[in-house]
Amino acid sequence: MSIEAVILLVVSSIFINNFVLAKFLGICPFIGVSKKLDSAIGMGIAVTFVLTLSSAAAWFVYTYLLHPYGLDYLKTIAFILVIAALVQFVEMVIRKFSPALYTALGIYLPLITTNCAVLGVAAINVQKEYNLLMSTVYGAGAGLGFTLALILMAGIRERLEDCRIPRALRGAPIAFITAGMISLAFMGFAGMIKE
Amino acid sequence: MNPVRRGIFKENPIFVIMLGLCPTLAITTEVINGIGMGLAILVVLTGSNLFISLLRAWVPDTIRIPVFIVIIASFVTIVDLTMQALLPSLAEALGIFIPLIVVNCIILGRAESFASKNPPLPSVLDAIGMSIGFTLSLLLLAGIRELLGNGTLTFQILDIGTTIHIPFFEEHKAAIMILPPGAFLTLGLLMGFFNHIRKRMVGSPNAYTLSDQHISRARRFLCNGGRVERRKA
Repeated sequence: MSIEAVILLVVSSIFINNFVLAKFLGICPFIGVSKKLDSAIGMGIAVTFVLTLSSAAAWFVYTYLLHPYGLDYLKTIAFILVIAALVQFVEMVIRKFSPALYTALGIYLPLITTNCAVLGVAAINVQKEYNLLMSTVYGAGAGLGFTLALILMAGIRERLEDCRIPRALRGAPIAFITAGMISLAFMGFAGMIKE
Repeated sequence: MNPVRRGIFKENPIFVIMLGLCPTLAITTEVINGIGMGLAILVVLTGSNLFISLLRAWVPDTIRIPVFIVIIASFVTIVDLTMQALLPSLAEALGIFIPLIVVNCIILGRAESFASKNPPLPSVLDAIGMSIGFTLSLLLLAGIRELLGNGTLTFQILDIGTTIHIPFFEEHKAAIMILPPGAFLTLGLLMGFFNHIRKRMVGSPNAYTLSDQHISRARRFLCNGGRVERRKA
């Protein structure tokens, strides 16, 4: 696997095929946790961390347990259980070894199990037949893309809170319209890489 | 309250509770995708609500979420494989969002808040009501996006059904509507529209999520292009 392919994958998963803005994965936390910049950063780091770990874990489960025994059809069930277990495990490890990090990230971790970005990465990795390195890199890139979108959104929303927005659009509706604008801006990145 | 009316209006999963938004945004590029996704949700939600409701006396409280997820994931797998076998084109269009029904908050949300506390029949009715509300919302979004973005309304799967062409919109396509930004814009504007309608009909002060009580004049100044407005009571 060439280094070029890896870099290309990272750039593409952050900017061009941004998980939130182009693939619509992880919309719930994107709208729910983007009201404050601090919590957006915390959530972004937690998601990136879990995405990287879980895409590697899902790769091992699929390659060594499911695929050799012809159990491909169990992958949805297997992945969601692996992710749930992994999130629990990460939570326990962080609580034990780094209480400071736990107070920063702890509240976001349980939310991540039902974040469709995590299961989405695992499923896409299988679909595209990525190897271990590519799977992990793709997970990390997807997480970084998610973080970028979340932070941009939180920065804008902190200011929007204080604006005169038509009553009916306050809250979620204006957040979606804002997301539409950011997504429009991100479409400009599409020319960066020749597919 | 009638579960169907509740699913469509009072607890509409998309516009009121705002659950399950990922597939809502992603697959509403064609009307037929909305119908397909709605059917998939109907099968999974009805099945999982029924089973969770039947098992509710035996599932220990501490491990209920993993149990629910396994039940839901089993139904999702059934739907996924069935759709791939019978309707491959639809399965391809919905793609990754079929397996992702597992983490769709609508399903787990209804399992947790309704099916785990109610007998089987009301749970099934609740599932049907919710699915109808979800499907109608998807149809509305997909209809608007496809009409403006492509000038058509696709009700066609394999050779069954028909695709409606509307010449005026076919000549004036706004491709942005079927691209990702169009999804966000349409959903945001529709949510605002329904907020407005709900406010008109119900007149409840809770119809809006944010009040402007805490807005400081100075910060508001920034967004107002320099004008300081007097705050409305």
